[in-house]
Amino acid sequence: MSETALTSDVAEETPGDVEIQNYTINFGPQHPAAHGVLRMVMELDGEIVERIDPHIGLLHRGTEKLIEYKTYLQALPYFDRLDYVSPMCMEHSYVLAIEKLLDLEVPLRGQYIRTMFAEITRVLNHCLNIASYVIDVGALTPGLWLYEIREDAMGFYERASGARMHAAYFRPGGVHQDLPEKLFVDIGDWCDRSLKLFEDAMSLVVGNRIFKQRSVDIAVVSKEDALAWGFSGPMIRGSGIAWDLRKSQPYDVYDRMDFDVPVGTRGDCYDRMLVRMEEVRQSFRIVRQCLKEMPEGPVASFDRKVVPPRRGEMKRSMEALIHHFKLYTEGFHVPAGEVYVATESPKGEFGVYLVADGSNKPYRCKIRPTAFSHLQAMDFMSKGHMLADATAILGAIDVVFGECDR
Amino acid sequence: MAANDGLIDAVKAAIGAALVDAVDAVGEVSVTVARDALVPAMTALRDTPGLEFQQLMEIAGVDYPERPERFEVCYHLLSVTKNRRIRVKVITDEDKPVPSVTSLWPVAGWLEREVYDMYGVLFSGNTDLRRILTDYGFQGHPQRKDFPLTGYVELRYSEEQKRVVYEPVKLAQDFRSFDFMSPWEGAEYILPGDEKAALPEAKGAPTPLTADQIKKADAVAAAAAPAPKAKTPRTVKKPAAKPRAPRKPKGEGAKE
Repeated sequence: MSETALTSDVAEETPGDVEIQNYTINFGPQHPAAHGVLRMVMELDGEIVERIDPHIGLLHRGTEKLIEYKTYLQALPYFDRLDYVSPMCMEHSYVLAIEKLLDLEVPLRGQYIRTMFAEITRVLNHCLNIASYVIDVGALTPGLWLYEIREDAMGFYERASGARMHAAYFRPGGVHQDLPEKLFVDIGDWCDRSLKLFEDAMSLVVGNRIFKQRSVDIAVVSKEDALAWGFSGPMIRGSGIAWDLRKSQPYDVYDRMDFDVPVGTRGDCYDRMLVRMEEVRQSFRIVRQCLKEMPEGPVASFDRKVVPPRRGEMKRSMEALIHHFKLYTEGFHVPAGEVYVATESPKGEFGVYLVADGSNKPYRCKIRPTAFSHLQAMDFMSKGHMLADATAILGAIDVVFGECDR
Repeated sequence: MAANDGLIDAVKAAIGAALVDAVDAVGEVSVTVARDALVPAMTALRDTPGLEFQQLMEIAGVDYPERPERFEVCYHLLSVTKNRRIRVKVITDEDKPVPSVTSLWPVAGWLEREVYDMYGVLFSGNTDLRRILTDYGFQGHPQRKDFPLTGYVELRYSEEQKRVVYEPVKLAQDFRSFDFMSPWEGAEYILPGDEKAALPEAKGAPTPLTADQIKKADAVAAAAAPAPKAKTPRTVKKPAAKPRAPRKPKGEGAKE
C-alpha cells in the first residue's frame, strides 16, 4: 500500500519505508452518489474509511418554523416537500396527528383510499431507491425499467390530486376528492403489469455477481446496534427485527390488510435491499386488496368545522359557503394537547410531534425524519470499509435530504 | 399498540422520586422527570423488565417563553417488545444544561445537536455539540419563539466579490400575519359567561377545552345520554394557559 503514488513527492524514500498519513476528503456536497446535498468529511487510510463526519443541513428550509406560522391546512403542503420521493406518506402522519387531537373519524372509503395511496407511494419510493442503488453499484438497465413503474404511479398521483409529486391529497378528515372509477381499473392493471416488470428487473439484480460483491457483508448491523441507533423501517428489518408499524400499531385500514413483513438475516446492505424488494411485492398485494374491498361512501368526514364542503353544495347552501370561507381563511381550531403520531413511511418511522394550543395554528410541529437517525450511523457502518462501499451504504440507507434537513 | 393501563404506576415504581409529573392524555403517556435525574431515569425506563423502552426515536424541543424555565425537551421512547410509546419531558432554560443520554443511546448525539442548534439548550456530556442544520457560523437559535420567521440575514451570490455574501434581510412586502382569533376564543381574558362553556357543538369548533378534557367530557356525556340534560362539567374555570406566539407583524425584524 505504501507504494502508491501518493508519496511520490518524497523522492529519496524507497518503497515500503514510507508511512502514509491519513488524509481527509470531502464527499459532496455535489456528488451524484450522495443522493442530494450531503457533505461527508471522510478520513481515509488509503482507500479504507476510518471516520465519516456527515455535514447535513444544506437543504434546511425551516419547515418546522414555517408551519408554526401557518394554519393547520396551510401547513399540509410542506409535508409533500419533506420526502419528495414519497409525498403522501409524509402527509399521512400529519393528518393522523390532527385527527387524533380532534378525535375525528374518517369514513371507511377515505381510509381505504389513503391506505391504497400510501402503498402506491411505497412502490414509488422503493422503485427510486432500488433504481438508484443499482446504479450506484454498477447496473443501469434495471434502474431505467423501475423508472417506468414510477412514471405510471406518478400519473395516478396526478389523476387523483392534480399534481405528480406535491399532491396535498390527504386532508384532515379524509382525502381531498373522490377518485373516478376508471382510475381504480387502471391501478388494477398497473399492479399486474408493473409487478411483472419489477420481477424482470429484479431477476437481473438479485443473483447478479457484481451486485452481490458490492452489497453482501457490507455494513453489517446487529440487532442491538439497530435498536440503539434508532433504526426503523427497512433498516431495522434488514437487521432481523420484525418491526413494522403497519402491523404493530396499525392506522387507517392496515389492520384489515393481509401482508407479510420481510426481515433480513445478516443485516447487511444486501438484506436491506432485498427487504425493500419484497416490500414492493407486498405493497402491490395491499393495493389489490384495497381495490377489491373498496367500499362505497364518502371520502371525507362530514364535520363541516374541519372538512370543507363540496363545491356543488356551496352553490346552494349559505351555510356551506360560510363554512368554506371560514375554513380557508381562519382554518379550524385544534384543541390544546400534544400527540406523537408515527407511521411506517417507506423509509422507516416518520413521526409528527404536534403541540396544539387551541388556536388555528400548530404551536409546535416537530417532524421526526427517518434519515436523520440512519445517517448518523453512517460513521459506524462505514468504518473499515472501502471508499467505494460508502456509496453503497449510503444508497442502502435510502436518504432523501428534503426530509433529513427539513 | 398496547394499552397504557398501569404504565404510569410501573414508571413510578421504576424511577421513584425523579418523577415530577405523569399525564395520560389523548392516549399517550408523558412523564416529566427531574433534570438531574434524567440519565438514571432513562436507564430505568430502558432496562427495567416490563418497561423495556429500547429505542429513542426522537428528541423534540418546545419553547414556552412565558415560563420561568422556558424549554421543554421531549424524549420519545419506543418499546418494540411491549409495543408501547412514552414521552419523557425535561424542563430547562438557556443556561442550565440537560444531562446527555448519548451513553444510553448513541442516536441521541445528533438529536441533541439539533435541539441545541434550534433552541440553544445545552447538553452536558455530549462531546460533539456542534450546530447541525443551520449554516456554518450561523448565529441565534431559529426555533425560539422570539426568533423572527424571516431571520436576520439573507444570502446571495455577489458578482463583484465572486462569493456568497450575507446581508441584512430586506422584505419587499411586510410579513403579513392576520389575527383570526376573535375575542370569544383566542383572548387571554375570559368573557363573562365563557366559564360555562362545555362541549363544542361539533368537533373542531372553537372551545376553551383541551383535547383531553373533551375526551373526558365526551365520556361523561355518553354515560349520561338517556337523561335529557347531559351533565356539563362545571369544573372548567379557565382555558389551560394558552402559550401563543406573539402575533405582532414580524416585518420590522430586519435588523442586524
